[in-house]
Amino acid sequence: MAAVKETIDQVKELDLDKYKYGFTTDIETVKAPKGLNEDIVKFISAKKDEPEWMLEWRMDAYERWLTMKEPEWAKVEYEKPDFQDLYYYAAPKSSEAPKSLDEVDPELLATYEKLGIPLKEQEVLAGVEGAKVAMDVVFDSVSVVTTFKEELAKAGVIFCSISEAIKEHPELVQKYLGSVVPKSDNFYATLNSAVFSDGSFVYIPPGVRCPMELSTYFRINEENTGQFERTLIIADKGSYVSYLEGCTAPMRDENQLHAAVVELVALDDAEIKYSTVQNWYPGDKDGKGGVFNFVTKRGDCRGANSKISWTQVETGSAITWKYPSCILRGDNSQGEFYSIAISNGLQQVDSGTKMVHLGKNTSSRIISKGISAGKSSNTYRGLVSAHKKASGARNFTQCDSLLIGDQCSAHTVPYIEAKNSTATFEHEATTSKISDDQMFYAQARGLNEEEAVALIVNGFAREVIQQLPMEFMAETQKLIGISLEGSVG
Amino acid sequence: MLEIKNLHVEVEGQPILNGIDLVIPDGEVHAIMGPNGSGKSTLSYVIAGKEEYDITEGDILYNGESILEMDPAERVAAGLFLAFQYPIEIPGVATMTFLRTAINAVRKEREQDELSIPDMMKLIQGKAKDLGVKPEMLKRGLNVGFSGGEKKRMEILQMALLDPGMCILDETDSGLDIDALRIVSEGVNALRSENRSMLVITHYQRLLNYIVPDKVHVMTDGKIVRTGGKELALELEDAGYAEYDEELA
Repeated sequence: MAAVKETIDQVKELDLDKYKYGFTTDIETVKAPKGLNEDIVKFISAKKDEPEWMLEWRMDAYERWLTMKEPEWAKVEYEKPDFQDLYYYAAPKSSEAPKSLDEVDPELLATYEKLGIPLKEQEVLAGVEGAKVAMDVVFDSVSVVTTFKEELAKAGVIFCSISEAIKEHPELVQKYLGSVVPKSDNFYATLNSAVFSDGSFVYIPPGVRCPMELSTYFRINEENTGQFERTLIIADKGSYVSYLEGCTAPMRDENQLHAAVVELVALDDAEIKYSTVQNWYPGDKDGKGGVFNFVTKRGDCRGANSKISWTQVETGSAITWKYPSCILRGDNSQGEFYSIAISNGLQQVDSGTKMVHLGKNTSSRIISKGISAGKSSNTYRGLVSAHKKASGARNFTQCDSLLIGDQCSAHTVPYIEAKNSTATFEHEATTSKISDDQMFYAQARGLNEEEAVALIVNGFAREVIQQLPMEFMAETQKLIGISLEGSVG
Repeated sequence: MLEIKNLHVEVEGQPILNGIDLVIPDGEVHAIMGPNGSGKSTLSYVIAGKEEYDITEGDILYNGESILEMDPAERVAAGLFLAFQYPIEIPGVATMTFLRTAINAVRKEREQDELSIPDMMKLIQGKAKDLGVKPEMLKRGLNVGFSGGEKKRMEILQMALLDPGMCILDETDSGLDIDALRIVSEGVNALRSENRSMLVITHYQRLLNYIVPDKVHVMTDGKIVRTGGKELALELEDAGYAEYDEELA
């Protein structure tokens, strides 16, 4: 009964004042009431025991959010969520969680099986109640996490939850939070600023090369980051960090709306490599129940000679609205965006990047591979711009789309703005279908249809797969095959 | 043993094969010769299971069982192999990866254990060396930028690796110079055995100097019009196909 006791303790710690928040809660309640108002924002901040400045920041964002409208320019169609009909705070342990794997959707389990995920990890991914405890045993996570934290501390690296950072490193958080994605940036980012649940905080001190790949995997097992994830990564002068987010396994989630914000700051000569594998639930075959993923990710190459590289593999979610971008502010700074976006069934993806060239001799590179199957819609939307002072700006963009079947669609919407005559921007785009000849050739070598599609698509996306950290590569190749199951024949 | 019985095939209502009868017993090598457009390549695709062909009559049996309901991968597992006239490029898929995937797919279908990576590498590198396939080629995208000779050698390498009982070689000699032809033929001859049969499809007699057939069939207008021994190929080299094909006469 560890879970129940933990919940009791957590609620006790809250020191709830029902008049202050305008509602009451008791031990059985793990969620704040539906809807969003000032009280909810205050409740979230208080629940996390945040300092006054953080609450003010959230409240300011909330005020601004009230005046904003949902963006409508993306090529996605969906029924807009009723923002007063959502929960903005849920305790990590939900009473609706399945009690064991027997209660989990067998199709989800079949996918875990194919990915070769051990049973105990499956429980955590499927959100089985109390699974975290079991995980500690399997992982021997006491020793794993401890060793891992000791090694980072030795290097002076700070890697913790954003909630912890707000309390332990307020000077860093205050200096950088919202400095890349301002509070009022866009509808979803502003919503996130008001109600963000949790996320990661990373600070790499000057001249330090982070001794290991930092993965949310370590952190997610410790706490539920919720639907409004907030991540802030700062690479100080001359430092380097590679960060992995997400998981190839499909994540079950009760929350339909996800609005995360990720901010990266690279100072002089620093480099950040950020890799994502996103595989949220895409909904059933009629498109019901899938996750809406409205994410704002932006990196600021603030210092000279800095570099930020985004790599993303997007296979899940019903709706994806996501444009990891780079502000190339420092002279000679570099931005990169490598993307694989797969859509199948009724999924809709509108994703791409922005490369904003501000400094001198800045360069950027965009390699986007979109794969559409089923009845899905897959849009690449990108902006490459050069400010008038950005002399010598260079960009190379390659956008390739692959279609499987004849009911899906692919769209490419590149915006190019050069206000400096010395800018060199190149854009290449291709659209192709998997050819019958390629399919037959692979089948005539003993591959079944699904194996053949997986192989050909992996070949198509190879340039991007190669950018992934080793530990993600093999898993991603498998994931591509699984995502496209049922797309042929 | 491969048995083709009264096989009629159409593409979009157009008859291509008009009643082929052919039996190739275990261990024998048969050649089919004929002019362009006689239906030779269609026959090879139909045996391998390509979709766009309508079989309107007849049957194809392999080891006594009809293969018409099998998909292409099942036919490979059953022991059929087609070496393509024009091997297809698959960009981004390293040749080694493709070979490994194919071998394990076939082994799985044959209910054999998957090979471990070291065993797999040993197998592939060994057979590649025999056929003069350079290690560097195995790292490149499958057939991408390969010369005509390299592509054909890759076909024979795949044939050797998938251990078929019935090999169909579609115009394997096309696009090969004499040296490449010799290397490829040696590779094929090394695979000849008592329990492996072959069907060699060719336009020219030249290939049959290297891969000597047990029987030669002449095909025109979707039918086999004459069958003989290896000397028939020489006769055709001198006289051409005019005798069998009204349009060429």
